[in-house]
Amino acid sequence: MGKEKKISYFINAVGVLVLFLLLYALFQSGVLGVRTSYLKGICTTACYTIIMVTSLNLLVGFMGEFSLGHAGFMSVGAYASAVVTNMLADAGIPNLLLFIIALLVGGCCAAVTGVLVGIPALRLRGDYLAIVTVAFAEIIRVAFCNFEITGGGRTMSGIAKLSDFYWCFWVTVVCVSIMFLYTRSRFGRTIVAIREDYIAASASGINVTFYKVLNFTISAFFAGVGGAMYAHYMTAMIPTNFNFAYSAEMLTEVIIGGTGSLTGSIIGAAFLSALPEAMRQFANYRMLAYSVVLVLVMIFKPGGIFGKWEFSLTRALKKLVHFGRDGKKPAEQMTGGE
Amino acid sequence: MSNTTDNTPVLKAQNLGIVFGGLKAVDSFSMEIGKSELVGLIGPNGAGKTTVFNLLTGVYQPTEGSFYLNGVKMNGRKTHQVVAAGISRTFQNIRLFKKMTVIDNVKVAMNMHMTYSLPASILRLPSYWKQEAEIEEKARELLNIVHLADKADFIAENLPYGQQRRLEIARALATGMKLLLLDEPAAGMNPTETAELLDIINDIRDRFQISVLLIEHDMSLVMKICERIQVIDYGVTIASGTPEEIANNPKVIEAYLGKDEEGGL
Repeated sequence: MGKEKKISYFINAVGVLVLFLLLYALFQSGVLGVRTSYLKGICTTACYTIIMVTSLNLLVGFMGEFSLGHAGFMSVGAYASAVVTNMLADAGIPNLLLFIIALLVGGCCAAVTGVLVGIPALRLRGDYLAIVTVAFAEIIRVAFCNFEITGGGRTMSGIAKLSDFYWCFWVTVVCVSIMFLYTRSRFGRTIVAIREDYIAASASGINVTFYKVLNFTISAFFAGVGGAMYAHYMTAMIPTNFNFAYSAEMLTEVIIGGTGSLTGSIIGAAFLSALPEAMRQFANYRMLAYSVVLVLVMIFKPGGIFGKWEFSLTRALKKLVHFGRDGKKPAEQMTGGE
Repeated sequence: MSNTTDNTPVLKAQNLGIVFGGLKAVDSFSMEIGKSELVGLIGPNGAGKTTVFNLLTGVYQPTEGSFYLNGVKMNGRKTHQVVAAGISRTFQNIRLFKKMTVIDNVKVAMNMHMTYSLPASILRLPSYWKQEAEIEEKARELLNIVHLADKADFIAENLPYGQQRRLEIARALATGMKLLLLDEPAAGMNPTETAELLDIINDIRDRFQISVLLIEHDMSLVMKICERIQVIDYGVTIASGTPEEIANNPKVIEAYLGKDEEGGL
C-alpha cells in the first residue's frame, strides 16, 4: 500500500512540474504579448489566494469550526514579513533567500498569534468561536492602524517586490502539499474525528484541546505565508485591506469550493481570484455574484461544489488508460497546481 | 506480571459520589473489579448508572470519594488522561465518527500510541510508513474480532445498528485498555445480534485478559455472562452479589417492580 502511494506522489509531482513548464513556456514565449505581465500578476494573486483558502479549509472543512478572522492572521504575516525585509533590504541578501525569509517570518509570526488566540478561543465552539475570531481580526486591524512600525494607519509602501510568479508557484505547491500530507496523517485523522464527535474523540484518548490548537496554529502559519506573499507582491498595503469583508470572502470561497476538499479550495480560489480581473467592468458586483453563487451552492450542494472529493492525477490517468478498473482505494495525492 | 499486581483490583472505587445542585446522583458508590472479571451494573432507569461511567472516565469529577486503576488514583484526570491510563468506554447512544471509514474509526483510537512527529508525517519519513502500516494491521485484527473485517472501508454511518455497536467496541479496544466499560451494548439489538455480542464480549475478555464493567437492561444477557452484579437505585447501591443472589433479592425486585402491597405475586 505504501508503495502504491509513493508512486502516486511521484506521478502527481511530475504533473505539477508539467503544469509549471506549460505556464513557463506560455509566459516566456511572448505569445501573449503585452498582456504577459498582467496575466502573471493574476496568477500570483491566485497563488496567495490558494494558500489562504486552503489554510482556512483546514479549520472550516477538516476541524468543522468557522473562522471569520483569517484576514487577521494574513495581516500579521504581511506586516511582520514587510518589516523584516525592510530591515534586511541593505544587507545584500539574494532576493530568493530574502523572499524565503520573508515567508517564514510571516508564517511564524502568524503561527505564534494563532497559538495565543487559539488557546483561549478554542474552548468555545461554533458561533461563539466565530465571533471571537471576528473580534480578533478587528483588534489586529485597529492595532496596525495605530502602530508606528506598520505605518500608523497610512499606507505602508516601498516593500521590496519579491513575489515573482515562478517562485510563488513553487511556494504554493509546497504549502498545499504540506497541508495535504498533514491531513492524510494521524494528525489529520484526529482533527476529522474531533469534528465528527469531540466527546467520542476524547473518550478515544485524544487530547482535544491540544489538537485543535495545533490545527489552528498550522492554519494560521499558512495564512501568514500567504500574507507575506501578498505584501511582497502588492509592495504597498494598508490595514483596512484586511477587513471583515476579506475574511468573509475567503470563507465563501472555501464553502463554494467544498468544505474538506483541498481541490475545491484550489480551484475555487484560482477561479474566484481570476474572475474579477476577467470582468473588470463588473468588479463592484463581485460580492453580489458571490452571494448568489453561495446561495445556489447551499441549496443544491450543501457540501460545496467538490464536497470532500480530491483530484488525483494517478486516478485520472488510470481511468484514462483503463488500468485499475475495479475501484481501487482512492489514490492519495493531488496536484498543487493553479 | 508479579503476584502483587494480580492481587490489586483493576478498579477500586471508594465511596464515589457526585452532587448536581442538591441532587445526589450517585452516593457512596464502592466497587472492586479483579483482573479479567466481568461485572454487571444494573438498576432502574435514572438510577445513576451512566453517571457512574461518567465519573469513572473523567467526564465528571467526583465531589467525594476516589477511584483507583491498578492502585493508581484517577481523581482529577481529564477523560483522555483516564483513557491513556487504561479505562475506555462505549456510549449508550452510539457515538461513532460517522463520516469516517470503519477502519479510520479504529485508527483514531490508536493515535495515542503513535509517536511519529508532525515533520515526519509531512516529509513521509520511514517512521510514518512503518507506524501507519502497523496500525493498519492492528486495526484489521480488531475488526476481525468484532466480525467487521469485511466492512473496513465502509463509511461508519452506513453500517446497520448492531454493527455500529460492535464498531464502538472495537474502537474502545483500540485504546489498549485494562478496564472496558460497556454502556448498554445490547440496547436495540435482536436476540441473534445479542447472542453474537455475548460471544464477542467473552472472546475479547479471554483474549486480552481485560476486566469488563457492563451496564445492561437485557437481564438474560446480564445473568448469562456476569460473574457478579451490583444493583443501584437513586444513586445508592442496594445489592451486590452473584446473579442468583441478585435474582432472588427482595430489595432488587422491589426496585424494579415496585413494592407489592398484597405480599406475593
